[in-house]
Amino acid sequence: MKNLDSKSHVRGESVYLDDIPLIQGTLFACVYDSPIAHGKLESIDISEAEKCAGVVKIITAKDLIGENEIGGILPDEPLFAEKEVHFQGMPIALVLAETEEQARHAARKITAKIEPLEVVTDPRVAFVKNDLIVPPKQFKLGDAETAFRDCEHIFQGRADVNGQEHLYIETQGAYCVPTEQNGLKVYSSTQGPTAVQRCVARVTALPMHQIEVDVTRLGGGFGGKEDQANAWAALCAVGTQLTRRPVKYALHRMEDMRMTGKRHPYSADYRIGLNKDLKIVAYEVTFYQNAGASADLSPPVLERTLFHCTNSYYIPNVSATAYSCRTNLPPNTAFRGFGGPQGMFIIESAIAHAAEKLNVSASEIQRKNLIADGDEFPYGQIAASEAANSWKQADDKYDFERLKTEADEFNRNNKFAKKGVAMMPICFGISFTKTPMNQARSLVHVYTDGSVAVSTGAVEMGQGVNTKIAQVAGEIFSLPIERVKVHTTNTLRIANTSPTAASAAADLNGRATQIACETILQRLKEVAAPLVEAQTADEVTIENGFVYRGGESTNLDWLVLVNEAHQQRVNLSEHAHYATPGIHFDWSIAKGHPFAYHVYGTAIVGVTVDCLRGIYTVDFVKTCHDFGSSMNKSVDFGQIEGGIVQGIGWMTMEEVVYDEQGKLRSNALSTYKIPDVYSVPKEIEISPLETDRGNLAIFNSKAVGEPPLMYGIGAYFAIRESVKAFNPENLPRFDAPFTPEKVLLNLYSEKIRKA
Amino acid sequence: MKMIKFILNNQTVQTDLPKGATVLDFVRYHKNLKGTKIGCREGDCGACTILVGELNGDFVKYRSQTSCLMPLANANGKHIVTVEGINKPNNELTEVQSAIIEESGTQCGFCTVGFVMSLTNFCLDETPKTAETAISAIDGNICRCTGYKSIERAAASLTEVLNEQNGQSRLEFAIGKGIVPDSFADIKNRLENLRIGQDENSPAIQTHAEKFGVTDKSDAGYPKTILKTARPFVGGGTDLYVQNPEEMVYAATENLFSDDDLRFINETDEFIEIGASVVVTDLLESEIFNRLFPNLYKHLKLVSSTPIRNMATIAGNFVNASPIGDMTAWFLALDATIVFNTTREIPLREFYLGYKTLAKADDEFIKKIRFRRAFTHFNFEKVSKRTYLDISSVNSAISLKIENNHIEKAQVSAGGVAPIPLYLKKTSEFLLGKEISENTILEASEILQTEISPISDVRGSEVYKRLLLKQLFTAHFAELFDFHPTA
Repeated sequence: MKNLDSKSHVRGESVYLDDIPLIQGTLFACVYDSPIAHGKLESIDISEAEKCAGVVKIITAKDLIGENEIGGILPDEPLFAEKEVHFQGMPIALVLAETEEQARHAARKITAKIEPLEVVTDPRVAFVKNDLIVPPKQFKLGDAETAFRDCEHIFQGRADVNGQEHLYIETQGAYCVPTEQNGLKVYSSTQGPTAVQRCVARVTALPMHQIEVDVTRLGGGFGGKEDQANAWAALCAVGTQLTRRPVKYALHRMEDMRMTGKRHPYSADYRIGLNKDLKIVAYEVTFYQNAGASADLSPPVLERTLFHCTNSYYIPNVSATAYSCRTNLPPNTAFRGFGGPQGMFIIESAIAHAAEKLNVSASEIQRKNLIADGDEFPYGQIAASEAANSWKQADDKYDFERLKTEADEFNRNNKFAKKGVAMMPICFGISFTKTPMNQARSLVHVYTDGSVAVSTGAVEMGQGVNTKIAQVAGEIFSLPIERVKVHTTNTLRIANTSPTAASAAADLNGRATQIACETILQRLKEVAAPLVEAQTADEVTIENGFVYRGGESTNLDWLVLVNEAHQQRVNLSEHAHYATPGIHFDWSIAKGHPFAYHVYGTAIVGVTVDCLRGIYTVDFVKTCHDFGSSMNKSVDFGQIEGGIVQGIGWMTMEEVVYDEQGKLRSNALSTYKIPDVYSVPKEIEISPLETDRGNLAIFNSKAVGEPPLMYGIGAYFAIRESVKAFNPENLPRFDAPFTPEKVLLNLYSEKIRKA
Repeated sequence: MKMIKFILNNQTVQTDLPKGATVLDFVRYHKNLKGTKIGCREGDCGACTILVGELNGDFVKYRSQTSCLMPLANANGKHIVTVEGINKPNNELTEVQSAIIEESGTQCGFCTVGFVMSLTNFCLDETPKTAETAISAIDGNICRCTGYKSIERAAASLTEVLNEQNGQSRLEFAIGKGIVPDSFADIKNRLENLRIGQDENSPAIQTHAEKFGVTDKSDAGYPKTILKTARPFVGGGTDLYVQNPEEMVYAATENLFSDDDLRFINETDEFIEIGASVVVTDLLESEIFNRLFPNLYKHLKLVSSTPIRNMATIAGNFVNASPIGDMTAWFLALDATIVFNTTREIPLREFYLGYKTLAKADDEFIKKIRFRRAFTHFNFEKVSKRTYLDISSVNSAISLKIENNHIEKAQVSAGGVAPIPLYLKKTSEFLLGKEISENTILEASEILQTEISPISDVRGSEVYKRLLLKQLFTAHFAELFDFHPTA
């Protein structure tokens, strides 16, 4: 089953925000944003801009009818800077003009008088100043302090991992249209329609029922449009509220890169203790999260770093502490993995550190510590583990030792090219860690021509969620997929949605759809039973458009049945609700069972480093991945391949660079590089884990959005192996990404020191 | 008053929009062809890729280009094709489209049309059809979702289809296979008629100042950069439209890109000469260049991407004066000279006076570039954060004439290590008369370090750039003589 959008995608007929036909009278918006990262906003001068041709209105904080606040979790983020500016790119004013070009032109005429304040970009500096977004969070298992006393080997160090720009190819944007009686219809490129609705309500002081948010699809989201789509929708809504005209704002790329947050950079201190059998006995870690200027989603991201701080390993004594540090950067936000990848990078660094010092292969430590059934995660959940299983199946199929031996042999024969191989197991918990968010609704209509319409809270952004939801309806009604249409995500049809995030959209919304379809199906069976002379509805099934009685086909078809039900005034619609069962978490003790299930997998990553030039290629990524039982292989394999490549990008060439004044230097596609067709692994091999264990996923098909990204971490450690093969005296700092610059400097570290 | 006139898909269109407006904005916002997407507006993502067909003798030559950097002036008299121009009726799919769907090569779909257009161009162009050339055709398209492996598989299956071609022209085959519509068959005649219908008057120019009712141009709100000259000369637009996208729309430009008199590559007894509007792809397709530079494809593949190579002129790279211009480094090592419209000729080495400062009068533009065929060995090296489709951290080129194991002539250039593209005079002179040996290379490397003054920026730290240039200098000898240092 191909992604249902494929055909309109290849023909260029799929509709994204900027493709929505314009309504007459539409105004175009452009932000004037802060040119400095921290300062007191003393005055704003819009007089020159107001004189510009086509300008209809210029809005600043004082014009707002509602609250000047867009913070979703904490109320610490003004829509417009009012007294202070907190990051370069913070909106100060909004120009509305008759054309986009006029709006942009006028925005350049605005000036602001800002008295500079100290700029902090380093989370450790913010930590020392005790400038934290939320109080620190901590996970404890066993007694790490005591356990370290008995460890044979203890290693401690520091690891740093940089952020990542989402670089959805469709930039952020919104289009707001006035509706009658002061209402607003907002088209938004958002993963969180309800978040947009709530935010718009707040800044306009309108009740939520006055605001309709509609999302057809996104040209990529990756977490970047979970919370950070709100601002643009709020700006357009405020513009519409004040002018009663439609207002559109589709950001230019450089505006988007400059004004929006990214994956959180982390700095961490770790201490790892092993016994003589290489069992990890104790692990202590302190995370300094670079949150940016306001909370955004930093607190839950910080929490997920803790949830995944031991990756796929069982460590009996853990003490993990995390600080969310406020800096003068754009508020950092969700990005595929949501803090988990950073936690995993740090423990993998600690293991690599131990392995190097002990002169063993990191894979040996990794393998010996994989979490097993019944082991406890640091947050109290008991593992139903596929870690060893996926490791073994990957090793059996791809033979890590052989790959490593081949690399060693290659390295002996080549002075200026070195190969490195690394194992990368992953374990990722599925569910929003904030338990109340694990709910969804689906609205299913069966029309009298037999066609089916489904609306859910899930947002399609290329991950194929709508295809999976259509499959659910098609499967339950036993109808061809063409009879099912999944409609736009709309807050009038589906209220109070959780964002499409946490890899959970297909599970939550698919399950809700399943319930809705089953409810309608049951009603139809009850209508059908007397018509086919069945005693009860239980004897009736519907298969391929026909009613069956006790397994025997009848002449009663879907269309006739549906119409008969309608004649009998039976409800052919259902609005169903699903809430993930059995999950809970108590932050007062930092224990619970937050995840419906975990996704496991193991990858082997191989690279070759050109030791003359310091550049590299990823030769292969071979994985054994836990799909549960994939309901759509073409979609799921696409998610795996895509996640791997995005993860490799994060670990290699993608380097977010801010200068000391908080100015983004990597501010365009020419200075921020994401993988191109030549930088993907030459070979990606994916073999599904064989397991008969059940799970809570939709149709047993486990969530697949985020977990594969973390296979990419293996590329970092494979490059490290290659660098060490060339320059064994040098142990590179744990500092991702491993850019060609860092590779070359580490290859020739001795010579640089001598020079 | 002359208007810009061209064939858009199957329709002849004319517009009185400023000739500096981009084709992207024209097709999306004036012709409502929304299949062409906006990703970056700097030619770095490929979401806005279109086909540009141009009369070339007795056929129409198509090349993929990024419409975000393409001024309408450069569309004049050409065939511009968007996805709407290849879509079949009744929701049927072209071979390219079905190959992508078959391999699940589309996820969010935003980049997809760009890939469709690049691969469609691949079906029309004259390159041999192999897995490698197919990938090369999409090297300017970024997919963030990131479906490259499936798109690779789609490209491979498409290549198989294309290799069924037997005796027909590419275009005939593509029409027969439904890759492009039948109407493409008549485009050549239509373009010829269009050319005859052109008159000689200049297109209307509305300046940026007029547009916004600003009388003093210095008040236009834009940084004064390359557009400080009254009538900037524009080639392919790939630098100017990245640097000054909004000002370019109304700039009173002189567009040289479509000037047939500036598109030639000639060989005389002494010189190779290339015209100012020759683009990088023209070098790739030139028999002369392929003969002179055995690793031409390998080297030029490192320079930007297919659609940008289809637009970027060599002369434009020189005039842009970026310290890391790849083609500038290349031609510095050939000791090329540049000939202006005024017939003044100067060595390229003397063209750069300081950062972005040229030895050129405002009304001068480069007419041709020439160099002597006086080398036996040539190599080009470039390292950037991403190996392909990226701007160099450091680049370097070398040309050598070796006779009896001795270096008779040596010319080394380097980019990214000084405010200007650098000809390494002392290093080059040092190499004269030497044998290729480890000592020669090591000593030259040290001299080289005295000639450069790199700064730390987003493309690398000073210490990295110094080391990298040393490595690339060594790499020249590794590539040309299989010579590797022992230390």
